[in-house]
Amino acid sequence: MNAPQSPDSFAGSVGVAQAQRASFDTPLKLKSGALLPEFEIAYETYGELNAARSNAVLVCHALNASHHVAGYYADEPHNVGWWDNLVGPGKPLDTRRFFVVGNNYLGSCFGSTGPASINRATGKPWGADFPVVTVEDWVAAQARLADRLGIERFAAVIGGSLGAMQALQWTLSFPQRIRHSIVIAATPQLSAQNIAFNEVARQAILTDPDFHDGHYYDKGVVPRRGLRIARMIGHITYLSDSAMMEKFGRALRGKDEPGFAFDIDFEIESYLRHQGDKFAAYFDANAYLRITKALDYYDPAAGHGGDLARAMAPANAAFLVVSFTSDWRFTSQRSREIVKALLDARKIVSYLEIDAPQGHDAFLMDDARYHGALAAYFRNIAL
Amino acid sequence: MTRPDLEPIVRWVAPGARVLDLGCGDGSLLKALWQAKRAPGYGVEIDDAGVLACLRNDVNVLQMDLEDGLSAFRDDSFDCVILSETLQTIRRTEQLMREMLRVGREVIVSFPNFGHWNARLQVFLGRMPVSRELPYEWYDTPNLHLCTVRDFEDFCRRLGIRVLERLVLHRTLAVTVLPNLLGSVAVFRLGRAER
Repeated sequence: MNAPQSPDSFAGSVGVAQAQRASFDTPLKLKSGALLPEFEIAYETYGELNAARSNAVLVCHALNASHHVAGYYADEPHNVGWWDNLVGPGKPLDTRRFFVVGNNYLGSCFGSTGPASINRATGKPWGADFPVVTVEDWVAAQARLADRLGIERFAAVIGGSLGAMQALQWTLSFPQRIRHSIVIAATPQLSAQNIAFNEVARQAILTDPDFHDGHYYDKGVVPRRGLRIARMIGHITYLSDSAMMEKFGRALRGKDEPGFAFDIDFEIESYLRHQGDKFAAYFDANAYLRITKALDYYDPAAGHGGDLARAMAPANAAFLVVSFTSDWRFTSQRSREIVKALLDARKIVSYLEIDAPQGHDAFLMDDARYHGALAAYFRNIAL
Repeated sequence: MTRPDLEPIVRWVAPGARVLDLGCGDGSLLKALWQAKRAPGYGVEIDDAGVLACLRNDVNVLQMDLEDGLSAFRDDSFDCVILSETLQTIRRTEQLMREMLRVGREVIVSFPNFGHWNARLQVFLGRMPVSRELPYEWYDTPNLHLCTVRDFEDFCRRLGIRVLERLVLHRTLAVTVLPNLLGSVAVFRLGRAER
Protein backbone atom coordinates (compact mmCIF):
# COMPACT_ATOMS: atom_id res chain seq x y z
CA MET A 1 0.00 0.00 0.00
CA ASN A 2 1.04 3.63 -0.30
CA ALA A 3 3.01 2.57 -3.35
CA PRO A 4 5.10 5.47 -4.56
CA GLN A 5 4.58 6.36 -8.20
CA SER A 6 6.63 8.51 -10.45
CA PRO A 7 5.46 12.13 -10.82
CA ASP A 8 5.22 11.47 -14.57
CA SER A 9 2.02 9.49 -14.05
CA PHE A 10 0.09 12.50 -12.79
CA ALA A 11 -2.27 12.73 -15.75
CA GLY A 12 -5.64 12.97 -14.08
CA SER A 13 -4.09 13.86 -10.74
CA VAL A 14 -5.72 16.33 -8.41
CA GLY A 15 -2.26 17.88 -8.29
CA VAL A 16 -0.81 19.40 -5.15
CA ALA A 17 -2.75 18.39 -2.05
CA GLN A 18 -3.00 20.44 1.13
CA ALA A 19 -3.28 18.62 4.44
CA GLN A 20 -5.55 20.55 6.78
CA ARG A 21 -6.63 20.18 10.36
CA ALA A 22 -9.90 20.95 12.09
CA SER A 23 -10.01 21.40 15.89
CA PHE A 24 -13.06 20.56 17.98
CA ASP A 25 -13.37 21.61 21.60
CA THR A 26 -16.80 20.13 22.32
CA PRO A 27 -16.08 16.81 24.06
CA LEU A 28 -16.78 13.60 22.16
CA LYS A 29 -18.51 10.86 24.11
CA LEU A 30 -16.99 7.57 23.02
CA LYS A 31 -18.68 4.19 22.74
CA SER A 32 -16.52 2.90 25.60
CA GLY A 33 -18.04 5.58 27.84
CA ALA A 34 -14.82 7.59 27.91
CA LEU A 35 -14.90 11.28 27.05
CA LEU A 36 -12.44 12.84 24.62
CA PRO A 37 -12.35 16.46 25.82
CA GLU A 38 -11.08 17.89 22.54
CA PHE A 39 -9.69 16.57 19.31
CA GLU A 40 -8.33 17.38 15.89
CA ILE A 41 -9.12 15.73 12.58
CA ALA A 42 -6.62 15.85 9.74
CA TYR A 43 -8.22 16.02 6.31
CA GLU A 44 -7.72 16.91 2.68
CA THR A 45 -10.27 17.98 0.09
CA TYR A 46 -10.27 17.73 -3.70
CA GLY A 47 -12.65 19.40 -6.11
CA GLU A 48 -15.20 22.04 -5.20
CA LEU A 49 -18.29 21.87 -3.03
CA ASN A 50 -21.17 22.90 -5.30
CA ALA A 51 -23.67 25.61 -4.41
CA ALA A 52 -26.31 23.06 -3.40
CA ARG A 53 -23.69 21.30 -1.23
CA SER A 54 -24.90 18.04 -2.72
CA ASN A 55 -21.69 16.67 -4.23
CA ALA A 56 -19.56 15.78 -1.20
CA VAL A 57 -18.02 12.30 -0.97
CA LEU A 58 -16.26 11.11 2.16
CA VAL A 59 -13.39 8.66 1.71
CA CYS A 60 -12.62 6.44 4.69
CA HIS A 61 -9.29 4.71 5.05
CA ALA A 62 -8.30 1.30 6.32
CA LEU A 63 -5.63 0.37 8.82
CA ASN A 64 -2.48 2.17 7.77
CA ALA A 65 -3.58 4.89 5.37
CA SER A 66 -4.49 8.50 6.06
CA HIS A 67 -6.32 11.59 4.91
CA HIS A 68 -3.86 11.81 2.00
CA VAL A 69 -6.13 10.11 -0.53
CA ALA A 70 -5.06 11.71 -3.80
CA GLY A 71 -2.51 14.05 -5.32
CA TYR A 72 0.94 14.76 -3.89
CA TYR A 73 2.57 17.29 -1.63
CA ALA A 74 4.44 20.25 -3.09
CA ASP A 75 7.51 19.42 -1.03
CA GLU A 76 7.09 15.63 -1.43
CA PRO A 77 6.24 14.93 -5.07
CA HIS A 78 6.66 11.19 -4.55
CA ASN A 79 4.20 11.03 -1.66
CA VAL A 80 1.14 10.14 -3.73
CA GLY A 81 -2.25 9.65 -2.06
CA TRP A 82 -3.22 6.05 -1.27
CA TRP A 83 -6.27 5.99 -3.53
CA ASP A 84 -4.92 8.23 -6.27
CA ASN A 85 -5.87 5.67 -8.93
CA LEU A 86 -9.54 6.18 -8.00
CA VAL A 87 -9.80 9.87 -7.15
CA GLY A 88 -9.01 12.70 -9.56
CA PRO A 89 -10.23 14.56 -12.60
CA GLY A 90 -11.60 12.01 -15.08
CA LYS A 91 -11.08 9.13 -12.64
CA PRO A 92 -13.93 6.93 -11.32
CA LEU A 93 -14.47 9.29 -8.38
CA ASP A 94 -14.25 12.34 -10.59
CA THR A 95 -13.15 15.48 -8.75
CA ARG A 96 -14.54 17.63 -11.57
CA ARG A 97 -17.98 16.53 -10.40
CA PHE A 98 -17.53 15.63 -6.74
CA PHE A 99 -16.09 17.36 -3.72
CA VAL A 100 -14.00 14.62 -2.15
CA VAL A 101 -13.02 14.64 1.52
CA GLY A 102 -10.25 12.43 2.85
CA ASN A 103 -9.95 12.17 6.60
CA ASN A 104 -7.69 10.54 9.14
CA TYR A 105 -9.66 8.83 11.87
CA LEU A 106 -9.22 9.39 15.59
CA GLY A 107 -6.55 7.33 17.30
CA SER A 108 -4.46 7.03 14.17
CA CYS A 109 -1.01 8.57 13.82
CA PHE A 110 -1.10 10.78 10.74
CA GLY A 111 -2.39 14.07 12.10
CA SER A 112 -5.68 13.43 13.85
CA THR A 113 -5.67 13.20 17.61
CA GLY A 114 -4.25 9.87 18.74
CA PRO A 115 -2.07 8.23 21.40
CA ALA A 116 1.02 10.18 20.31
CA SER A 117 -0.79 13.54 20.63
CA ILE A 118 -0.31 15.71 23.68
CA ASN A 119 -2.93 15.26 26.37
CA ARG A 120 -3.57 18.81 27.49
CA ALA A 121 -4.47 17.67 31.00
CA THR A 122 -0.96 16.34 31.58
CA GLY A 123 1.11 18.17 29.00
CA LYS A 124 2.48 14.77 27.91
CA PRO A 125 1.61 12.38 25.11
CA TRP A 126 -1.53 10.37 25.80
CA GLY A 127 0.28 7.07 25.32
CA ALA A 128 -1.51 4.19 26.99
CA ASP A 129 -4.11 6.59 28.41
CA PHE A 130 -5.61 7.32 25.01
CA PRO A 131 -9.04 5.69 24.98
CA VAL A 132 -9.96 2.76 22.78
CA VAL A 133 -11.93 4.26 19.91
CA THR A 134 -14.45 2.47 17.74
CA VAL A 135 -15.82 2.69 14.20
CA GLU A 136 -18.89 4.42 15.65
CA ASP A 137 -16.63 7.02 17.32
CA TRP A 138 -14.81 7.68 14.05
CA VAL A 139 -18.08 8.25 12.27
CA ALA A 140 -19.25 10.62 15.01
CA ALA A 141 -16.01 12.60 14.65
CA GLN A 142 -16.34 12.62 10.85
CA ALA A 143 -19.85 14.07 11.23
CA ARG A 144 -18.34 16.93 13.21
CA LEU A 145 -15.90 17.48 10.37
CA ALA A 146 -18.81 17.47 7.90
CA ASP A 147 -20.56 20.12 10.01
CA ARG A 148 -17.43 22.20 9.91
CA LEU A 149 -17.17 21.90 6.12
CA GLY A 150 -20.84 22.82 5.67
CA ILE A 151 -21.81 19.37 4.41
CA GLU A 152 -25.26 18.46 5.61
CA ARG A 153 -25.51 15.29 3.59
CA PHE A 154 -22.87 13.28 1.77
CA ALA A 155 -23.65 12.18 -1.78
CA ALA A 156 -21.63 9.09 -0.85
CA VAL A 157 -19.32 7.63 1.75
CA ILE A 158 -16.83 5.12 0.36
CA GLY A 159 -14.25 2.86 1.96
CA GLY A 160 -12.48 -0.48 1.67
CA SER A 161 -11.86 -2.98 4.47
CA LEU A 162 -11.92 -1.02 7.75
CA GLY A 163 -12.96 1.98 5.64
CA ALA A 164 -15.97 -0.01 4.47
CA MET A 165 -17.06 -0.47 8.07
CA GLN A 166 -17.17 3.32 8.37
CA ALA A 167 -19.17 3.62 5.12
CA LEU A 168 -21.62 1.07 6.54
CA GLN A 169 -21.79 2.70 9.98
CA TRP A 170 -22.56 6.09 8.43
CA THR A 171 -25.90 4.73 7.21
CA LEU A 172 -26.78 3.71 10.77
CA SER A 173 -25.35 6.58 12.81
CA PHE A 174 -26.57 9.31 10.43
CA PRO A 175 -29.17 7.81 8.08
CA GLN A 176 -30.27 11.24 6.88
CA ARG A 177 -26.77 12.42 6.12
CA ILE A 178 -25.68 9.87 3.51
CA ARG A 179 -27.27 9.05 0.15
CA HIS A 180 -24.97 6.27 -1.06
CA SER A 181 -22.77 3.88 0.88
CA ILE A 182 -20.01 2.13 -1.06
CA VAL A 183 -18.81 -0.84 0.94
CA ILE A 184 -15.73 -2.56 -0.51
CA ALA A 185 -13.85 -5.68 0.68
CA ALA A 186 -15.96 -5.62 3.81
CA THR A 187 -17.27 -7.85 6.53
CA PRO A 188 -20.22 -7.24 8.85
CA GLN A 189 -18.04 -8.38 11.77
CA LEU A 190 -14.65 -10.01 12.20
CA SER A 191 -14.51 -13.79 12.35
CA ALA A 192 -12.70 -15.61 15.14
CA GLN A 193 -9.80 -16.14 12.74
CA ASN A 194 -9.66 -12.42 11.91
CA ILE A 195 -9.57 -11.57 15.62
CA ALA A 196 -6.94 -14.23 16.18
CA PHE A 197 -4.59 -12.63 13.65
CA ASN A 198 -5.15 -9.24 15.30
CA GLU A 199 -4.41 -10.71 18.71
CA VAL A 200 -1.09 -12.18 17.56
CA ALA A 201 -0.18 -8.77 16.16
CA ARG A 202 -1.11 -7.08 19.43
CA GLN A 203 0.83 -9.61 21.47
CA ALA A 204 3.90 -8.92 19.37
CA ILE A 205 3.66 -5.25 20.37
CA LEU A 206 2.56 -5.72 23.98
CA THR A 207 5.43 -8.12 24.73
CA ASP A 208 8.11 -5.98 23.10
CA PRO A 209 10.40 -4.80 25.95
CA ASP A 210 10.42 -1.35 24.37
CA PHE A 211 6.64 -1.04 24.71
CA HIS A 212 6.76 0.10 28.37
CA ASP A 213 3.02 -0.43 28.80
CA GLY A 214 2.37 2.14 26.10
CA HIS A 215 4.39 4.94 27.69
CA TYR A 216 7.39 4.73 25.41
CA TYR A 217 7.30 8.22 23.87
CA ASP A 218 9.36 9.88 26.61
CA LYS A 219 11.75 6.93 26.86
CA GLY A 220 13.26 7.57 23.46
CA VAL A 221 12.35 4.11 22.15
CA VAL A 222 9.60 2.56 20.05
CA PRO A 223 8.53 -1.09 20.12
CA ARG A 224 9.96 -1.63 16.66
CA ARG A 225 10.25 -5.40 16.90
CA GLY A 226 6.64 -5.77 17.89
CA LEU A 227 5.37 -3.42 15.20
CA ARG A 228 7.49 -5.18 12.64
CA ILE A 229 6.05 -8.59 13.43
CA ALA A 230 2.53 -7.15 13.64
CA ARG A 231 2.92 -5.75 10.15
CA MET A 232 4.40 -8.96 8.77
CA ILE A 233 1.42 -10.94 10.05
CA GLY A 234 -1.04 -8.36 8.77
CA HIS A 235 0.61 -8.26 5.38
CA ILE A 236 0.25 -12.01 4.91
CA THR A 237 -3.51 -11.67 5.35
CA TYR A 238 -3.73 -8.85 2.79
CA LEU A 239 -2.33 -10.99 -0.03
CA SER A 240 -3.64 -14.17 -1.56
CA ASP A 241 -1.58 -17.34 -1.62
CA SER A 242 -1.52 -17.28 -5.41
CA ALA A 243 -0.52 -13.60 -5.58
CA MET A 244 2.36 -14.27 -3.19
CA MET A 245 3.40 -17.35 -5.14
CA GLU A 246 3.29 -15.44 -8.38
CA LYS A 247 5.29 -12.52 -7.05
CA PHE A 248 7.89 -14.41 -5.01
CA GLY A 249 7.48 -18.11 -5.59
CA ARG A 250 10.20 -20.03 -3.78
CA ALA A 251 12.92 -17.85 -5.24
CA LEU A 252 16.02 -17.49 -3.12
CA ARG A 253 17.34 -14.06 -2.29
CA GLY A 254 20.84 -13.35 -3.62
CA LYS A 255 21.96 -16.96 -3.41
CA ASP A 256 21.72 -20.22 -5.32
CA GLU A 257 21.59 -22.58 -2.34
CA PRO A 258 19.76 -22.35 1.01
CA GLY A 259 22.01 -21.02 3.76
CA PHE A 260 21.21 -23.59 6.46
CA ALA A 261 20.94 -20.70 8.90
CA PHE A 262 18.33 -18.13 9.90
CA ASP A 263 19.21 -15.17 7.80
CA ILE A 264 17.17 -14.50 4.67
CA ASP A 265 16.82 -17.43 2.29
CA PHE A 266 13.65 -16.73 0.36
CA GLU A 267 12.49 -13.59 -1.43
CA ILE A 268 9.25 -13.62 0.54
CA GLU A 269 11.23 -13.38 3.80
CA SER A 270 13.09 -10.39 2.48
CA TYR A 271 9.86 -8.78 1.36
CA LEU A 272 8.11 -9.28 4.69
CA ARG A 273 11.10 -7.98 6.66
CA HIS A 274 11.25 -4.95 4.40
CA GLN A 275 7.52 -4.28 4.85
CA GLY A 276 7.90 -4.70 8.60
CA ASP A 277 10.87 -2.34 8.81
CA LYS A 278 9.16 0.28 6.68
CA PHE A 279 6.00 0.13 8.75
CA ALA A 280 7.82 0.24 12.10
CA ALA A 281 9.54 3.43 10.99
CA TYR A 282 6.30 5.39 10.49
CA PHE A 283 3.47 3.73 12.37
CA ASP A 284 2.68 4.17 16.05
CA ALA A 285 2.32 1.03 18.16
CA ASN A 286 -0.37 2.47 20.43
CA ALA A 287 -2.36 3.42 17.35
CA TYR A 288 -1.98 -0.07 15.92
CA LEU A 289 -3.32 -1.64 19.11
CA ARG A 290 -6.37 0.59 19.11
CA ILE A 291 -7.16 0.24 15.42
CA THR A 292 -7.10 -3.55 15.62
CA LYS A 293 -9.46 -3.34 18.60
CA ALA A 294 -11.81 -1.10 16.61
CA LEU A 295 -11.85 -3.81 13.94
CA ASP A 296 -12.48 -6.57 16.49
CA TYR A 297 -15.30 -4.71 18.21
CA TYR A 298 -17.23 -3.64 15.13
CA ASP A 299 -20.45 -5.64 14.94
CA PRO A 300 -23.56 -3.63 14.09
CA ALA A 301 -25.80 -6.70 14.55
CA ALA A 302 -24.64 -7.25 18.13
CA GLY A 303 -27.24 -4.89 19.57
CA HIS A 304 -29.99 -6.65 17.59
CA GLY A 305 -29.60 -10.23 18.70
CA GLY A 306 -27.16 -10.91 15.88
CA ASP A 307 -29.77 -9.99 13.27
CA LEU A 308 -27.96 -7.81 10.75
CA ALA A 309 -31.13 -7.15 8.73
CA ARG A 310 -32.76 -5.65 11.81
CA ALA A 311 -29.61 -3.68 12.53
CA MET A 312 -29.71 -2.19 9.02
CA ALA A 313 -33.36 -1.12 9.33
CA PRO A 314 -32.61 2.57 10.04
CA ALA A 315 -30.47 2.99 6.91
CA ASN A 316 -31.81 5.23 4.15
CA ALA A 317 -28.86 5.07 1.79
CA ALA A 318 -28.52 3.08 -1.40
CA PHE A 319 -25.67 0.59 -1.17
CA LEU A 320 -23.00 -0.71 -3.49
CA VAL A 321 -21.18 -3.72 -2.06
CA VAL A 322 -18.01 -4.99 -3.77
CA SER A 323 -15.96 -8.06 -2.91
CA PHE A 324 -12.98 -9.83 -4.49
CA THR A 325 -12.80 -13.55 -5.21
CA SER A 326 -9.29 -14.05 -3.82
CA ASP A 327 -9.85 -12.08 -0.60
CA TRP A 328 -9.54 -14.65 2.19
CA ARG A 329 -9.35 -12.07 4.96
CA PHE A 330 -12.87 -10.75 4.32
CA THR A 331 -14.29 -13.27 1.88
CA SER A 332 -17.05 -12.68 -0.67
CA GLN A 333 -19.26 -14.78 1.58
CA ARG A 334 -19.03 -12.07 4.27
CA SER A 335 -20.02 -9.40 1.73
CA ARG A 336 -22.96 -11.55 0.68
CA GLU A 337 -24.08 -11.58 4.33
CA ILE A 338 -24.25 -7.80 4.16
CA VAL A 339 -26.11 -7.97 0.85
CA LYS A 340 -28.60 -10.49 2.21
CA ALA A 341 -29.25 -8.35 5.30
CA LEU A 342 -29.84 -5.32 3.08
CA LEU A 343 -32.22 -7.28 0.87
CA ASP A 344 -34.06 -8.62 3.89
CA ALA A 345 -34.33 -5.07 5.21
CA ARG A 346 -35.61 -3.99 1.78
CA LYS A 347 -32.79 -1.58 1.09
CA ILE A 348 -31.53 -0.57 -2.33
CA VAL A 349 -28.37 -2.51 -3.06
CA SER A 350 -26.11 -3.61 -5.87
CA TYR A 351 -23.41 -6.21 -5.40
CA LEU A 352 -20.33 -6.98 -7.44
CA GLU A 353 -17.92 -9.82 -7.03
CA ILE A 354 -14.73 -8.95 -8.86
CA ASP A 355 -12.62 -11.86 -10.03
CA ALA A 356 -9.24 -10.52 -8.89
CA PRO A 357 -6.11 -12.43 -7.86
CA GLN A 358 -4.55 -9.97 -5.39
CA GLY A 359 -6.41 -10.90 -2.21
CA HIS A 360 -7.71 -8.33 0.28
CA ASP A 361 -5.48 -5.60 -1.16
CA ALA A 362 -7.35 -5.87 -4.47
CA PHE A 363 -9.53 -2.98 -3.35
CA LEU A 364 -6.54 -0.67 -3.85
CA MET A 365 -5.74 -1.93 -7.32
CA ASP A 366 -6.56 -0.37 -10.64
CA ASP A 367 -8.73 -3.11 -12.15
CA ALA A 368 -10.77 -2.21 -15.24
CA ARG A 369 -13.94 -4.06 -14.14
CA TYR A 370 -13.74 -2.74 -10.58
CA HIS A 371 -13.02 0.86 -11.50
CA GLY A 372 -15.41 0.71 -14.45
CA ALA A 373 -18.21 -0.31 -12.09
CA LEU A 374 -17.37 2.42 -9.57
CA ALA A 375 -17.22 5.00 -12.37
CA ALA A 376 -20.65 3.91 -13.64
CA TYR A 377 -22.09 3.99 -10.12
CA PHE A 378 -20.72 7.45 -9.35
CA ARG A 379 -21.94 8.80 -12.71
CA ASN A 380 -25.50 7.84 -11.78
CA ILE A 381 -25.41 9.64 -8.44
CA ALA A 382 -27.64 12.66 -8.97
CA LEU A 383 -26.30 15.95 -7.68
CA MET B 1 -33.07 -6.29 -31.89
CA THR B 2 -35.77 -5.79 -29.28
CA ARG B 3 -36.62 -8.85 -27.26
CA PRO B 4 -40.04 -10.19 -28.24
CA ASP B 5 -40.90 -11.08 -24.63
CA LEU B 6 -40.22 -7.59 -23.26
CA GLU B 7 -43.56 -6.05 -24.15
CA PRO B 8 -45.79 -8.85 -22.72
CA ILE B 9 -43.71 -9.05 -19.53
CA VAL B 10 -43.99 -5.31 -18.97
CA ARG B 11 -47.74 -5.63 -19.60
CA TRP B 12 -48.12 -8.45 -17.08
CA VAL B 13 -46.24 -6.81 -14.20
CA ALA B 14 -48.53 -4.78 -11.94
CA PRO B 15 -47.71 -1.11 -11.32
CA GLY B 16 -45.40 -0.67 -8.35
CA ALA B 17 -44.71 -4.41 -8.06
CA ARG B 18 -41.43 -5.51 -6.45
CA VAL B 19 -39.60 -7.40 -9.16
CA LEU B 20 -36.64 -9.78 -9.25
CA ASP B 21 -35.18 -10.40 -12.71
CA LEU B 22 -32.97 -13.49 -12.81
CA GLY B 23 -30.31 -13.48 -15.52
CA CYS B 24 -31.09 -9.83 -16.15
CA GLY B 25 -28.34 -9.17 -18.71
CA ASP B 26 -27.88 -5.44 -19.21
CA GLY B 27 -30.92 -4.60 -17.09
CA SER B 28 -33.04 -3.31 -19.99
CA LEU B 29 -36.15 -5.17 -18.80
CA LEU B 30 -35.85 -3.73 -15.29
CA LYS B 31 -35.28 -0.31 -16.75
CA ALA B 32 -38.41 -0.69 -18.90
CA LEU B 33 -40.40 -1.91 -15.89
CA TRP B 34 -39.30 1.09 -13.87
CA GLN B 35 -40.14 3.51 -16.65
CA ALA B 36 -43.52 1.97 -17.54
CA LYS B 37 -44.75 0.66 -14.21
CA ARG B 38 -42.65 2.32 -11.51
CA ALA B 39 -41.86 -1.25 -10.48
CA PRO B 40 -38.67 -1.26 -8.39
CA GLY B 41 -36.48 -4.28 -8.62
CA TYR B 42 -33.21 -6.07 -8.57
CA GLY B 43 -31.47 -7.98 -11.29
CA VAL B 44 -29.30 -11.02 -10.78
CA GLU B 45 -26.51 -11.48 -13.29
CA ILE B 46 -23.23 -13.38 -13.25
CA ASP B 47 -21.54 -11.94 -16.33
CA ASP B 48 -19.19 -8.98 -15.69
CA ALA B 49 -20.25 -7.11 -18.83
CA GLY B 50 -23.94 -7.49 -17.92
CA VAL B 51 -23.35 -6.26 -14.38
CA LEU B 52 -21.47 -3.22 -15.63
CA ALA B 53 -24.22 -2.47 -18.16
CA CYS B 54 -26.80 -2.66 -15.34
CA LEU B 55 -24.85 -0.14 -13.28
CA ARG B 56 -24.66 2.12 -16.32
CA ASN B 57 -28.44 1.70 -16.76
CA ASP B 58 -28.91 2.65 -13.10
CA VAL B 59 -30.46 -0.74 -12.37
CA ASN B 60 -29.88 -2.53 -9.04
CA VAL B 61 -27.85 -5.62 -9.84
CA LEU B 62 -26.52 -8.49 -7.76
CA GLN B 63 -23.61 -10.45 -9.17
CA MET B 64 -24.52 -13.97 -8.15
CA ASP B 65 -24.74 -17.44 -9.63
CA LEU B 66 -28.32 -18.68 -10.05
CA GLU B 67 -27.05 -22.24 -9.75
CA ASP B 68 -26.33 -21.49 -6.07
CA GLY B 69 -30.07 -21.03 -5.56
CA LEU B 70 -31.90 -18.00 -4.25
CA SER B 71 -30.88 -18.23 -0.59
CA ALA B 72 -30.16 -14.48 -0.58
CA PHE B 73 -33.90 -13.84 -0.84
CA ARG B 74 -36.58 -14.36 1.77
CA ASP B 75 -39.89 -16.13 1.16
CA ASP B 76 -42.51 -13.89 -0.48
CA SER B 77 -40.09 -10.99 -0.76
CA PHE B 78 -41.11 -10.18 -4.35
CA ASP B 79 -44.41 -9.69 -6.15
CA CYS B 80 -42.94 -11.07 -9.33
CA VAL B 81 -39.85 -13.10 -10.19
CA ILE B 82 -38.83 -13.06 -13.85
CA LEU B 83 -36.72 -15.61 -15.68
CA SER B 84 -36.48 -14.19 -19.18
CA GLU B 85 -34.73 -16.27 -21.84
CA THR B 86 -32.55 -17.86 -19.18
CA LEU B 87 -34.44 -21.07 -18.32
CA GLN B 88 -32.64 -23.04 -21.01
CA THR B 89 -29.20 -22.19 -19.56
CA ILE B 90 -29.97 -23.40 -16.03
CA ARG B 91 -28.48 -26.66 -14.82
CA ARG B 92 -30.75 -27.26 -11.83
CA THR B 93 -34.00 -26.24 -13.45
CA GLU B 94 -36.40 -27.86 -11.02
CA GLN B 95 -34.68 -26.40 -7.95
CA LEU B 96 -34.70 -22.91 -9.46
CA MET B 97 -38.40 -23.13 -10.37
CA ARG B 98 -39.29 -24.06 -6.79
CA GLU B 99 -37.03 -21.30 -5.45
CA MET B 100 -38.62 -18.68 -7.69
CA LEU B 101 -42.08 -19.57 -6.43
CA ARG B 102 -40.79 -19.44 -2.87
CA VAL B 103 -39.45 -15.87 -3.07
CA GLY B 104 -42.08 -14.51 -5.47
CA ARG B 105 -45.86 -14.68 -5.42
CA GLU B 106 -45.83 -14.89 -9.19
CA VAL B 107 -43.25 -16.00 -11.71
CA ILE B 108 -42.83 -15.06 -15.35
CA VAL B 109 -40.75 -17.40 -17.51
CA SER B 110 -39.87 -16.98 -21.16
CA PHE B 111 -37.86 -19.35 -23.33
CA PRO B 112 -37.18 -20.22 -26.97
CA ASN B 113 -39.61 -22.88 -28.20
CA PHE B 114 -37.67 -25.89 -29.46
CA GLY B 115 -40.92 -27.17 -30.97
CA HIS B 116 -40.95 -24.39 -33.58
CA TRP B 117 -41.18 -25.87 -37.10
CA ASN B 118 -37.82 -24.45 -38.08
CA ALA B 119 -36.06 -26.30 -35.26
CA ARG B 120 -37.99 -29.46 -36.06
CA LEU B 121 -37.07 -29.15 -39.72
CA GLN B 122 -33.38 -28.70 -39.02
CA VAL B 123 -33.34 -31.74 -36.73
CA PHE B 124 -35.30 -33.67 -39.38
CA LEU B 125 -32.63 -32.71 -41.91
CA GLY B 126 -29.99 -34.02 -39.52
CA ARG B 127 -28.71 -30.77 -38.01
CA MET B 128 -28.82 -29.13 -34.62
CA PRO B 129 -31.07 -26.06 -35.05
CA VAL B 130 -29.51 -22.63 -35.42
CA SER B 131 -31.93 -19.72 -35.68
CA ARG B 132 -32.61 -16.19 -34.55
CA GLU B 133 -33.90 -17.51 -31.22
CA LEU B 134 -31.26 -20.25 -30.96
CA PRO B 135 -28.24 -18.50 -32.42
CA TYR B 136 -25.55 -20.91 -31.17
CA GLU B 137 -23.73 -23.83 -32.72
CA TRP B 138 -23.96 -27.06 -30.77
CA TYR B 139 -20.36 -26.72 -29.55
CA ASP B 140 -20.58 -23.17 -28.18
CA THR B 141 -24.11 -22.98 -26.88
CA PRO B 142 -24.83 -21.94 -23.28
CA ASN B 143 -28.14 -23.77 -23.59
CA LEU B 144 -28.40 -26.94 -21.56
CA HIS B 145 -32.12 -27.60 -21.18
CA LEU B 146 -34.08 -26.76 -24.29
CA CYS B 147 -37.75 -27.62 -24.30
CA THR B 148 -40.96 -27.15 -26.24
CA VAL B 149 -44.13 -25.38 -25.09
CA ARG B 150 -45.74 -28.75 -24.40
CA ASP B 151 -42.71 -30.02 -22.49
CA PHE B 152 -42.80 -26.97 -20.27
CA GLU B 153 -46.53 -27.37 -19.58
CA ASP B 154 -45.92 -30.99 -18.54
CA PHE B 155 -43.09 -29.82 -16.31
CA CYS B 156 -45.33 -27.26 -14.58
CA ARG B 157 -48.02 -29.89 -14.08
CA ARG B 158 -45.52 -32.28 -12.53
CA LEU B 159 -44.24 -29.60 -10.10
CA GLY B 160 -47.78 -28.51 -9.23
CA ILE B 161 -47.23 -25.06 -10.70
CA ARG B 162 -50.32 -23.19 -11.87
CA VAL B 163 -50.22 -21.65 -15.33
CA LEU B 164 -51.97 -18.29 -14.99
CA GLU B 165 -51.35 -17.04 -18.49
CA ARG B 166 -49.54 -18.21 -21.60
CA LEU B 167 -48.41 -16.31 -24.62
CA VAL B 168 -46.62 -17.84 -27.59
CA LEU B 169 -44.94 -15.49 -30.01
CA HIS B 170 -43.20 -15.46 -33.30
CA ARG B 171 -41.09 -12.32 -33.51
CA THR B 172 -43.49 -9.95 -31.74
CA LEU B 173 -46.74 -11.47 -33.01
CA ALA B 174 -48.93 -13.67 -30.83
CA VAL B 175 -49.41 -17.18 -32.24
CA THR B 176 -52.76 -18.77 -31.39
CA VAL B 177 -52.95 -21.47 -34.08
CA LEU B 178 -50.65 -24.46 -33.49
CA PRO B 179 -48.50 -22.45 -31.08
CA ASN B 180 -46.05 -25.28 -30.37
CA LEU B 181 -45.33 -25.50 -34.11
CA LEU B 182 -45.54 -21.88 -35.20
CA GLY B 183 -44.31 -19.99 -32.12
CA SER B 184 -40.61 -19.35 -31.55
CA VAL B 185 -40.79 -17.85 -28.05
CA ALA B 186 -43.08 -18.75 -25.15
CA VAL B 187 -43.93 -16.56 -22.16
CA PHE B 188 -45.68 -18.02 -19.11
CA ARG B 189 -47.13 -16.37 -16.04
CA LEU B 190 -47.09 -18.88 -13.21
CA GLY B 191 -48.36 -19.16 -9.68
CA ARG B 192 -48.18 -21.56 -6.79
CA ALA B 193 -50.55 -24.49 -6.64
CA GLU B 194 -53.81 -23.80 -4.86
CA ARG B 195 -54.18 -25.55 -1.54
